[in-house]
Amino acid sequence: MIPFLRKRMISSAIPLFCVVLGVFFLARMTGNPVDLYLPLSATAEQRAEFSAAQGFDLSIPAQLWNYLVDAAHLDFGTSLRTGQPATEMVLDAFPVTLQLAGVTMLLAITGALLVGSLAAYRPNSLVDRIASLLSMTAASIPDFWFAIMGVLVFGVSLGWLPTSGTLGGPEIWVLPVATLLIRPFGVLVQVVRGSMVTALSAPYVKIARSKGATPRRVIFGHALRNAVTPVLTVAGDLAVGLVNGAVIVETIFGWPGIGKLMIDSILQRDFAVLQAAVLLTAVTIFALNILVDVCHALTDPRVRLAVPA
Amino acid sequence: MPREEPTTADTTAGAGADTTTVGTTAADTRDTTAAGAPDTTAADTAADTGADTPAGAASSPHRANWWRMLGRDRAAAVAAVVLSLVVLVALFGRLVIGDRAQRQDLDSSLRPPSLGDGVYGLFGTDVLGRSVLARLIDAAATTLSVAVPAVLCSLLIGSALGLWAGYHGGRRESLAMRVADVILSFPSLLIAVVVLYVFSPSALNLVLILAVARIPVYLRTARAEAAELRSRLFVDAARTFGTPSRSIIYRHILPIALPTLLTVAALDFCFVMLTESSLSFLGIGIQPPDVSWGLMVAQGRQYLQTAWWITVLPGLAIVFTTVSATVLAAWVRMATDPAQRWRLTLPTKRRGASAAVPPELIP
Repeated sequence: MIPFLRKRMISSAIPLFCVVLGVFFLARMTGNPVDLYLPLSATAEQRAEFSAAQGFDLSIPAQLWNYLVDAAHLDFGTSLRTGQPATEMVLDAFPVTLQLAGVTMLLAITGALLVGSLAAYRPNSLVDRIASLLSMTAASIPDFWFAIMGVLVFGVSLGWLPTSGTLGGPEIWVLPVATLLIRPFGVLVQVVRGSMVTALSAPYVKIARSKGATPRRVIFGHALRNAVTPVLTVAGDLAVGLVNGAVIVETIFGWPGIGKLMIDSILQRDFAVLQAAVLLTAVTIFALNILVDVCHALTDPRVRLAVPA
Repeated sequence: MPREEPTTADTTAGAGADTTTVGTTAADTRDTTAAGAPDTTAADTAADTGADTPAGAASSPHRANWWRMLGRDRAAAVAAVVLSLVVLVALFGRLVIGDRAQRQDLDSSLRPPSLGDGVYGLFGTDVLGRSVLARLIDAAATTLSVAVPAVLCSLLIGSALGLWAGYHGGRRESLAMRVADVILSFPSLLIAVVVLYVFSPSALNLVLILAVARIPVYLRTARAEAAELRSRLFVDAARTFGTPSRSIIYRHILPIALPTLLTVAALDFCFVMLTESSLSFLGIGIQPPDVSWGLMVAQGRQYLQTAWWITVLPGLAIVFTTVSATVLAAWVRMATDPAQRWRLTLPTKRRGASAAVPPELIP
C-alpha cells in the first residue's frame, strides 16, 4: 500500500506543478500583471508603487522564483477587496464547500447504488425504464435553473424553505444539496445500472443463484462488489465536477464557500484571492484523485497487485 | 445470446476508464461485437443483410432501415424531432424575427404569456417589453453557435491526437495521456473562469476554452479504440503491404472508432451547452446585447416573483435540447453496435424478453 501511495503522489505532483506554473504564466500572458491585480481605477503612481513592491520590475525568471517561494509558504498576497491575506480568506471559505460537496457525494453514491441496482436487476422492466429516463433527465438539467425553480416553488410560492443564506436549521441544506445532487446522481445511476447489468450476467452470479442465494445476497454480496470499480472512477470525476456546481449553488444561495469567493474575486478583479482559490482547489482535486485510486486498490486486488513495489 | 453491454453508462465511464481501471471497456466492446455479429443476422430477419460495417450503413437500403429503427423507438424519434426543430430555429429563426429580439416597448413590459397578443406575445415579454419568444429564438442561434463549433473542434483535434497516440503507442501515447489527465483533472468551469478573467469574455473565447477543456474526452476514447485496433489482423495486413500509418489510421481505424466518437460527441454537446449557459448565467459568458438561454435565465432572475416566464422558459429550452441529445446519443450508441442493433427492430415491449439477465435466471 505504501509504495502504491508513494508512486501515486509522485505522478500527481507533476500536473500540480504544471498548474502552479500555468497560473503564473497566465497572469503574465496578457502583458503587465499589474493590470490584473489592481482595480481598473488605479492611478499611474499606484501602479508604479505596486509594481515595485510586488517585484514586477524584476526579470521573468526572478519573478518566477519569488512566486514559487511565496507559493511554497502559502503566501499569495493580500486581497484588494478586504486587505486580508488571500490564504486566510480561502481557508475560511473552504470548509463550507467541503461540507456541501461531502454531503452531496455521500447521498449521490448511496442513492445511485440502490436505484441503479434495482434498475439493473430486471433490465427493460418498468422500473428500469423509469429510472433510465429520470436519470438521463437529471443529468441534463442545468443546475442554476433547477436551483432557481426550487427557490420559486419551495421558497417563494410555498414558503417551506429559505431562499438563501446559511443561518437556520437543517432546512437551509435542502435546496443547495438537492441542486448539487441532481447531476452526479443522474450520471451515477446510469453507471451503476450499466456495470451491474454486466456483473449480473457473469458466471459467478449464475453459480450464486444456483446455490440458492437470495436476490439481496446476489446483488449486494456478489455483483455489486465487482461492479463498483467503474462507479468509483466516475464518482471521482463527478466529485471534481462538483466544483462547477458549487460555484453556481453558492452564488445563488449566498453560501460563503470557495465557489462564491472565486466568482466574487473575478467580478471585482481580485487576482490574488482567485489565484489562491484555484491552487487550493487544484490541491484538493489531486488529493481526491489519490483517494479514488486508494479505494480502487482496496476494492480490487488486481489493481493492488498491478502496481510494482 | 449476445451479452449485454452497458449502454449510456459505458460512455460516461469511458471518459474515466484509464490508468487504474483493469477491464478495458473498448476491448470488451469489440469482443462482444465479434461474438454478437452472427446473432445479429439471425435475430434480425427483416433487412439486415450482414454487412455490418459502419461504411455499409451508408448504402441506401441500410439508411431506410435506420429510419425505420428510429420510428420504432418512440423516445428517440421524439428526441430527433426536437433536436431538428432546435437546429432549424437556430439556422433560420433570425431571418424570420428580424430585430424583434432587441426591439423594446416599455408600454408592454412584463406581459404574461397569452394567446391574445399575437405570435410574439405568446410567451410574454420581459421587463423592457421585448418578446420572450423572439429572444428565445435569437438565443438558440447564439447557444448553438458556441456549442457546435466547440464540440466540432474538440472532436476533430481530440480524435486525431487520440488515434495517432493510440496507434503508435509508446512515448507518444503516454505524453498525450499525461496532457489529457492534467486538463481533465480540472473542472471545466474553473478553467473557463480563470481564462475569462485574463481574456475578455466573448463568443470566440468561449468556443476556444470549451474546445480545449473537452479535447481530453475524445483523446482518451480515440486512444483506447486505436490501441485495441492496432493489433488486429486487418491492420497487420495493411502494414505488411506497406500502407503508410496515416492511411491506416484514416481508412482502417477511423471508420470503426467513429460511431463511438460520435456518441461521445452527442453526450458532450449537452455538457458544453450546460457549461456555456452556466458561464452566461454567472455573467462571464455571452455578454449583452447578445443573448443566450443561460443569460436569459440570469436576466429574469430578479423578476422571479412577478414574471416567472422569463426564467422558466429558457430553462425549459435548455432541458428539452439536452435531454433530446442524451436520448438520441443512447439510441445511436445502440444502433451502431451490431451486437445490440437487433433490439431496436423489436417493438419496445418485446425487448424485455431478451434482457441482460436471461429470463431463466430471474427467480
